[in-house]
Amino acid sequence: MSTNPERRGMHDMGGDPDHRWSGPVPRAEHVLAPWEKEVDAIRTLLGRKGLQTADELRLGIESLSGEDYARLSYYERWLRSVVHTMEVKGILKPGAHAAKVAELKARRP
Amino acid sequence: MSARFRPGDRVRVTAERPAISIGRAHIRTPHYVRGQDGMIAEVMGPFRNPEGLATGGDGLPMQVLYRVRFPQPQLWPGYAGPAKDTLEVEIYEHWLEPIHAA
Amino acid sequence: MPHDGHDHHHDHQHDHAPPPDDPSFSSDQALGARALRLLLEEAGVLEPGEVARQIDRMDGITPSMGASVVARAWVDPAFRKRLIETPVAACTEMGIDLQGTHLHVVENTASVHNVIVCTLCSCYPKPLLGIPPDWYKSYEYRARAVIEPRAVLAEFGVAIPDSVEVRVHDSTADLRYLVLPARPQGTEGWSEEKLAAIVTRDSMIGTAIPKA
Repeated sequence: MSTNPERRGMHDMGGDPDHRWSGPVPRAEHVLAPWEKEVDAIRTLLGRKGLQTADELRLGIESLSGEDYARLSYYERWLRSVVHTMEVKGILKPGAHAAKVAELKARRP
Repeated sequence: MSARFRPGDRVRVTAERPAISIGRAHIRTPHYVRGQDGMIAEVMGPFRNPEGLATGGDGLPMQVLYRVRFPQPQLWPGYAGPAKDTLEVEIYEHWLEPIHAA
Repeated sequence: MPHDGHDHHHDHQHDHAPPPDDPSFSSDQALGARALRLLLEEAGVLEPGEVARQIDRMDGITPSMGASVVARAWVDPAFRKRLIETPVAACTEMGIDLQGTHLHVVENTASVHNVIVCTLCSCYPKPLLGIPPDWYKSYEYRARAVIEPRAVLAEFGVAIPDSVEVRVHDSTADLRYLVLPARPQGTEGWSEEKLAAIVTRDSMIGTAIPKA
């Protein structure tokens, strides 16, 4: 809508305005990996505890760069958004998550 | 809170972002219905405003949520199906304005 | 996944690290998820074992729950009416806790076929049907289901005659949708259990039609 000053986000893809997703709907299904279930569960619990609303989750995902939005898998996008909200709310210190990942990685055999 | 519209009312979806919106943009009204005319299919009652909930706010005041119905050929020029096909979207009241019969 | 730490029978009190030979737990994504859980547990936001319990709870929610609701609506006209008018109460009646979800039921009839999509993200009635299928979350489905629903349905092997209105529901806000499919011909006299077995997940999203 030319009268609208607000730019359309990449997530707002109904009608395929970017002409990027016109291919067949991919029908392969995968069983969720344990880490995907873990992200799903964490997010559900945070929602239930009032620490991240569904809209905060959504905004965190919508705020990803277009490149990341297209590249990251579903639960990778969730993970990014949850970490972001936790940082904004001061529950996690900025950088704490990356540091913990590095720590776990160093311990990996 | 009372609903401004009733089932069957003709409404237009705001094309501009309504002034009531606060904070960083998180909007549940898809671009493809903005500026479009539709009909109230059902009044779903008051809900917290997602535009506030997205940024740590309480989403108050609540907004009445509607299911608004659009004819598909109106939304999509060259729509490939029959003219009777429709689409319904949930839209909050502050995105809707009345259409008065000409 | 014999040692994934999240199967139905594991000891919740013993929230040990999974064995290092499980590739799904050594990927970077898996480390990201585990790091988040550990940090939130350290912060006191999550209790140890709480995530595992939630995973078990979610694993227990499958489309068969929705199918049982549909089958009940097929055999019991009064229940069908309650399901459409007061869906949350109707599910509670069947022992299904929708966990605050505002379920909205749309019924397929001889004149209307309903299809659900969430163009903006992936809204789905998870407490009733479980985790949404990959295709529902795909960008192709989200982008195309609103503008060319009949072409998308055709990819799923569903042909809706032009005499029937296709009604797409874009699940943009607070409602979560269940399609109540039409009971197929040739199922007269079937038990509720037998009927539930033909109600597929996709038929409750609108991309399939139950067959006798």
